[in-house]
Amino acid sequence: AMDTDLSSQDRKDLDKFIKFFALKTVQVIVQARLGEKICTRSSSSPTGSDWFNLAIKDIPEVTHEAKKALAGQLPAVGRSMCVEISLKTSEGDSMELEIWCLEMNEKCDKEIKVSYTVYNRLSLLLKSLLAITRVTPAYRLSRKQGHEYVILYRIYFGEVQLSGLGEGFQTVRVGTVGTPVGTITLSCAYRINLAFMSTRQFERTPPIMGIIIDHFVDRPYPSSSPMHPCNYRGGEDNGAVYPTVEDSQEVCTTSFSTSPPSQCVFTVTKAHFQTPSPVVTDTLKVPVMGLAFSHQLSSSRLSYQPAALGVGSADMGYPVLFAGGLNAAHPHQLIGPGKEGGVPPVPSQPAHGTQADQERMCTPLDGVHYSAATPSSSEDTETVSNSSEGKCGSPHDLLETIFIRKVGAFVNKPINQVTMANLDIPFAMFAPKNVELEDSDPMVNPPDSPETESPLQGSLHSEGSSGSSTGNTQDDFVMIDFKPAFSKDDILPMDLGTFYREFQNPPQLSSLSIDIGAQSMAEDLDSLPEKLAVHEKNVKEFDAFVETLQ
Amino acid sequence: PAMNCRAEVLEVSVEGRQVEEAMLAVLHTVLLHRSTGKFHYKKEGTYSIGTVGTQDVDCDFIDFAYVRVSSEELDRALRKAVGEFKDALRSSGSDGMGQISLEFYQKKKSRWPFSDECIPWELWTIKVNVVNLANEQERQICREKVGEKLCEKIINIVEVMNRHEYLPKMPTQSEVDNVFDTSLKDVQPYLYKISYQITDSLGTSVTTTMRRLIKDTLAL
Repeated sequence: AMDTDLSSQDRKDLDKFIKFFALKTVQVIVQARLGEKICTRSSSSPTGSDWFNLAIKDIPEVTHEAKKALAGQLPAVGRSMCVEISLKTSEGDSMELEIWCLEMNEKCDKEIKVSYTVYNRLSLLLKSLLAITRVTPAYRLSRKQGHEYVILYRIYFGEVQLSGLGEGFQTVRVGTVGTPVGTITLSCAYRINLAFMSTRQFERTPPIMGIIIDHFVDRPYPSSSPMHPCNYRGGEDNGAVYPTVEDSQEVCTTSFSTSPPSQCVFTVTKAHFQTPSPVVTDTLKVPVMGLAFSHQLSSSRLSYQPAALGVGSADMGYPVLFAGGLNAAHPHQLIGPGKEGGVPPVPSQPAHGTQADQERMCTPLDGVHYSAATPSSSEDTETVSNSSEGKCGSPHDLLETIFIRKVGAFVNKPINQVTMANLDIPFAMFAPKNVELEDSDPMVNPPDSPETESPLQGSLHSEGSSGSSTGNTQDDFVMIDFKPAFSKDDILPMDLGTFYREFQNPPQLSSLSIDIGAQSMAEDLDSLPEKLAVHEKNVKEFDAFVETLQ
Repeated sequence: PAMNCRAEVLEVSVEGRQVEEAMLAVLHTVLLHRSTGKFHYKKEGTYSIGTVGTQDVDCDFIDFAYVRVSSEELDRALRKAVGEFKDALRSSGSDGMGQISLEFYQKKKSRWPFSDECIPWELWTIKVNVVNLANEQERQICREKVGEKLCEKIINIVEVMNRHEYLPKMPTQSEVDNVFDTSLKDVQPYLYKISYQITDSLGTSVTTTMRRLIKDTLAL
């Protein structure tokens, strides 16, 4: 009964809007957690690739992950799209920080105009999302990531799971948009215990590791920063070569009519494709979008991860690379050799096992039916990975879809050599669990970092060596007859040189040994407020203690 | 007298050097939601809409970041208004209380000899209380506290925006300047004006209205 009220073209448009809204939502959230300032440029002329009239870049891997999670479906009642943001420390502990939920409820607004009001409200909702993603606690944490922790994301589709957020999590609603098929709701549930762990803790500790964790995957142009600067739009209007693969994947310019809303007319500007002239149709509610896409879709080539791949590479905890998606509007942009079009091939991304996929032709972009012109969704059967893997299962499952940041610009080591990093003292209270060994740890040992002077470093180095303090890194340096200045101390009856030699290789802290029972990080976090309160109470004692040192 | 002008009031307490950033954060957040891409009218009464870019802004004196529309003209206009407000606050006396208002309005053309009417449809008022801090430790706490408060304000603003209440109807080409400010080259906010009031120590208000800030800025 619902569909009879909504014209089939409206329905198609609405599905498309919802689909791209979901994809853009994921982009905004993930980009807001990359740890960098985002900047995109306004453009007075419609470029034809900016959904909802907003300049939101598309990180191909993120789009890929989102599409994989959605598997051709759209958010519906009971089927929500969730973006989980978590923090993973250098010790391997991880903690969920936020869950962003895109949900659909049954409350329908039959009167609303799809092509006009819904579209504009979705645009407004994305703006709200841009604003809200900066005000939850995880934002500030993500801006400081890289040294002691990284921020990861995971997309799943299905039932929302909030149990990993700890007690007393808070929610903030970003907004809602009513549509004829239901009301779209966007909200965020976030852990609040983290407020105590706030940025202060991370700020005070100087970076022990001198690396900068760069973006998720190799860029085709390694010299460019992961997020494009505001002026990236340079060459876009000439319709020729496009410098990036991050343009959104479908043309989406819409035209609006100032006549009564029932006469909304769509045009699609295929400015970036072979036909330069806009396809204008002048009838009511013309399915121009659908028609425009039929041409592009049939020649679009998207590469998906085949289901077979999913487990293998993800086990290693590497980013799920794929052969740089080809977007519908820019078929020449595929990373990889031998593509049609006049673009010189660019180095292909090192996708383990997905190389074969590059050649694979996919027909419609996904299972959503856009118009009769598109071939019937033969790729409905192509469900890439099971959406059920979205369930929070074992850590193994979790790893399967987590993107882990790879080594970035400042590190010499190839990505394969991920090793356990020097553990950071503020996290020492979190007893490490059976952490996966080095090759799955996302942090990389810094090459010749000069900051590693801590005498404890040797013993903290690797849990794999079962806690024995080998002090490897200090062996190169032998202290002979050290007579440091100002080294006499009344408290300790030894000079600094002796002290240094004696304590150069201390035994490992017991709290760092694997034998200590696994206390969950959440418990520790929960106990932090109490500890802080106790410390605050004893402030006078601490002050007095400090005085004795002076 | 507006038929349906909704009014929202936000209050913040800030240190003197935080006034500008706090005001900009709020104003920019509102204008992010109240700006569209440039309209391009075509035949047959249709129009297309340009693209709005956005960018992150970090505050220097507040532990806070916000998103604003990527438009230097708009940013300049807001900075000018906020700068004047801050100066007025500073020179007003020791009380340090005032408010800055952002009003969205529509123009209604009247026949000669009557001048056009400005009909407000949304009014945002930010009440500011300037505090003086004694030492660096207090300043540090203030940085964080004000940051947290601004987070709440952003959430409040978004809540209001999400109500999807009255918005002016999308205008025809001949009417667009009655609804939108079309003078900027890259984005198109709804017509707005910013004004402020300073409360002096006697509690009376001194009103200064600044009209068409963008035009003023461009005229420089």
